[in-house]
Amino acid sequence: MDAVRIERSLARIAHEILERNRGLEALALVGIRTRGVPLARRLAHTIHEINQHEIPTGTLDITLYRDDLMRTAVGAQPVVRRTEIPFSIDDKRILLVDDVLYTGRTIRAALDALIEFGRPRAIQLIVLVDRGHRELPIKADYVGKNLPTSRSQSVQVHLTEIDGRDEVEILES
Amino acid sequence: MKKDLLSIDDLTSDEIYLILDTTEAMREIGQRPIKKVPTLRGKTIVNLFYEASTRTRTSFEIAEKRLSADTLNIAVATSSVLKGETLADTAMNIEAMAPDMIVLRHASSGAGHLLSRICRSRIINAGDGMHEHPTQALLDAFTIREHKKRIEGLKVTIVGDLLHSRVLRSNVKLLTKLGAEVWVSGPPTLVPPGIERFGVRVSARIDEAVADADVIMMLRIQQERMQGAFIPSLREYFHTFGMTRARVAKAKPDVIIMHPGPMNRGVEIASDVADGPYSVILEQVANGVSVRMAVLYLLAGGVDVD
Repeated sequence: MDAVRIERSLARIAHEILERNRGLEALALVGIRTRGVPLARRLAHTIHEINQHEIPTGTLDITLYRDDLMRTAVGAQPVVRRTEIPFSIDDKRILLVDDVLYTGRTIRAALDALIEFGRPRAIQLIVLVDRGHRELPIKADYVGKNLPTSRSQSVQVHLTEIDGRDEVEILES
Repeated sequence: MKKDLLSIDDLTSDEIYLILDTTEAMREIGQRPIKKVPTLRGKTIVNLFYEASTRTRTSFEIAEKRLSADTLNIAVATSSVLKGETLADTAMNIEAMAPDMIVLRHASSGAGHLLSRICRSRIINAGDGMHEHPTQALLDAFTIREHKKRIEGLKVTIVGDLLHSRVLRSNVKLLTKLGAEVWVSGPPTLVPPGIERFGVRVSARIDEAVADADVIMMLRIQQERMQGAFIPSLREYFHTFGMTRARVAKAKPDVIIMHPGPMNRGVEIASDVADGPYSVILEQVANGVSVRMAVLYLLAGGVDVD
């Protein structure tokens, strides 16, 4: 996926969000660190361009909720960064944003983390890439692109804000 | 990270910065409506305190609970130590119940090192005699960095009872490791011989030591550790080394005043300085919880492969 296709996918998702959610007041975007964060900001920006509506946007770090913490005897702990959700999520429709949907374990952790902040009316999931191989009963509501992959491959999303360029690539390992 | 945190010597500068950055993330948890994450669920942490402590013990316990660890406190006043059990025996008995970590406060320097040798549990030194208090130095560094945005190149002046202070030793090691210029000042009877070897400047004249300081850290006169006449009187001590508004005025205009507590008002610090606009003393206490959460989280992981 190159920069143009990433942009087109996000524009389509922005329109789908507007179509499915009447009453934008209750909407809020929450990006999962690291690459869900710039994606959430871009969606907020695109929606603002379409109808001048500002959607509050937050950042979620799910590290402390991971199910694979402290399962090995060697190696350092994963780095924890700040969660910043500067608004109440009570009764909001939360649009959770991540770059790649794979096993579903990150999303499971994100749901646990989010619910500590309040009781949203609904949580919807947005991903740029769905690569399959789910290990939990989790499904995305908005998908940029379905990418059939094998487990031996890895999907790398590069975004300008972090990596200096927009690209999705599949790597053989 | 090493298995235990006994001394600032156990940490590289990179690990210190990792702890400070992790502290930023941990602090946000304390601002949530539900101040708890599931990270250390199923881990048992024993707080073994052989010395009186309000701040440190409460701070560790809140940090442990915010990370969902199971915690228990052993205060010596209610334990078998009173029946004559040695530290090593107490430790081995606690160890037999398989805790994951032991937080130890003890009046003897090196008590943590003794436990480290006989325990599989991870040991965090919460103050050992006159040796070290590493989490205090870490929370001080976090507080300084938050106000000054850096540590390297700052002039940090530490004043008071240097001889008996574990807070001094941990802070000197940490601050010099990160490139601060550390000055110390106190009555000659309370300056440990050879302290220059730690890379600090020593001055018996407090006005010289605090001149243009970015940070002033006051240490408590530890009367409980003093056997003998170290100072003529508390009044005279306040007159010569107490932090007053007039002395604060000699430092940089944006100086911050720190104190690890408990404070002796009117002995090492005037009340109007302790409660004044430059004081960050209560911020230190607040940051202590977040720093200890960061240390507990980072130590709970795997051991480094060498």
